Amino acid sequence: MMHGPVSRRVVHVWGRNFHVFLRTWQVSFLPPIFDSLFFMLALGYGLGQFVQDIGGVDYPRFVAPAIVAIGIMNASYYETTYGSFVRMYYQKTFDALIATPVTIEEVIVGEILWGGTKAVIYTALILPILALFGVISLPGSLLLLPLGLLGGLLFGAIGLCFTAWTPSIDTLNYPSFLLITPMMVLSGTFFPLDSLPSTVQYIAFALLPLAHLVSLARALTLPSTAPFAFFSLSWLVVATGLVMLLSVRLMRRRLVV
Amino acid sequence: MTSPVILADGLVKRYGNLVAVDSVSFRVDEGEVFGILGPNGAGKTSIIRMISCTSPVTSGRLEVLGLPVDGFPRDIKARIGVVSQENNLDPDLSVYENLTVFARFFEINRAEASRRADELIGFFGLSEKRDTVIESLSGGMKRRLTIARALINRPSLVILDEPTTGLDPQARALIWERLRALRSDGATIILSTHYLEEAERFCDRLVILDRGKILLTGSPGEIISERMSRALIEIMNEPDVRAWLDQEGISYEVYGDLLQITTDTPEDFVRRIVAACTPQRLLVRNSTLEDVFLRQTGRRLIR
Repeated sequence: MMHGPVSRRVVHVWGRNFHVFLRTWQVSFLPPIFDSLFFMLALGYGLGQFVQDIGGVDYPRFVAPAIVAIGIMNASYYETTYGSFVRMYYQKTFDALIATPVTIEEVIVGEILWGGTKAVIYTALILPILALFGVISLPGSLLLLPLGLLGGLLFGAIGLCFTAWTPSIDTLNYPSFLLITPMMVLSGTFFPLDSLPSTVQYIAFALLPLAHLVSLARALTLPSTAPFAFFSLSWLVVATGLVMLLSVRLMRRRLVV
Repeated sequence: MTSPVILADGLVKRYGNLVAVDSVSFRVDEGEVFGILGPNGAGKTSIIRMISCTSPVTSGRLEVLGLPVDGFPRDIKARIGVVSQENNLDPDLSVYENLTVFARFFEINRAEASRRADELIGFFGLSEKRDTVIESLSGGMKRRLTIARALINRPSLVILDEPTTGLDPQARALIWERLRALRSDGATIILSTHYLEEAERFCDRLVILDRGKILLTGSPGEIISERMSRALIEIMNEPDVRAWLDQEGISYEVYGDLLQITTDTPEDFVRRIVAACTPQRLLVRNSTLEDVFLRQTGRRLIR
């Protein structure tokens, strides 16, 4: 090979998705805003009335960083599962791209990068809502934006692994309800993980990316609660690298025939 | 002599146990229109995808624009234009955007992309639809746009996989007309089709594939004249006609209620048969690639 498989052309793959996103921005911008609004009202203030406080933090402040983390996960995971699958399988976009000087690896990395970007955009839309409720500390919480990119890359890569695996768009429902939904409720999101048996805690921190994302997000919005922040950050970085490599492998196996 | 645009030597494509392309060799020279023909499943698309560097070669040699496909896919892809069988336009984008967004993958700058996009939109008669989202285009317009998109990088070689399949005759005629214009500009074109009559009119040279192997190769005229007489005569299958043919020792093929006879002297044949018996229906036409193909792939000769 004269050139490596991944070059700056990744940006063009990313750019194509961004271009389409901007065309439909009126629709694209609404889900994160409404999601976070309803979560805050229902959980923070609805359920929150029955919760005294958690380790000295009132419940809306406890739940707010989890809402951001869930937003990051959903933004990128659903983009690189349903979104990428539609592009790959129904619109044949990937076929069109690899007929140009773009490589398969660039298509895959570009898709993950776009998933990460979408997570940053969603984070940027959720933050003002939470700021209006006065449940996050500023400007420290602005660090959620780069965290959104990291989490978005990881969940984007995870999503793309399932896209490479799934035989049809219907079977993509399995990872959603077997993995994403349980993770959403069991990652220290709505109640602290230390209220669970220690084995479950260990499993959660060993395997669940959202648990680390939530704990880091919480460390940023509630600066007093950061015991494992460095560990979580390292875990996310390593996992992102490994899952990205895996997604490229799986996608190559699916697309190179 | 210039180096060939495409050189395939002992080219093989295997999918698991299935041999889709079975040791195929051919060359395409600059400025030629080269056809890859054959029934469905003959291996046309597999060859096209290997030439387009989107599917790896199992074994054998394949060079495109003087470069081996397994070493220089990026360089090759930068200089070719590919029109795939399936529509893979961007449904969310307009006609114009489909061209300009695609141009970025070739590192064409914005101003130049915009200029080329409008030029191609004009050339393919899509000016009225320039800012329409492609969802609302007809099948023929979508195909024209796909071909336009394949030309955005000014390719030295244009590859079209079944460019007219699924289109109505009017839309097909329009596409051939544009391709002829492209051809007179000196472009090298490779196309696959299963419409043999279109290939016969349009291709300088062609290969006819069957089950992954090359069955016939040459210019359409050569292929026909080397294997068949000039003319083909169809007569209603009736006992007195058959009896006369048998008596004269003229071979024929039976297709249901029709008899086919090939001859280089149709005028003479018609004069004799009309004098001898009274055939119900008699049609004289030129032999076509279709006739050659049908003969080569399994219609048996009676007698």
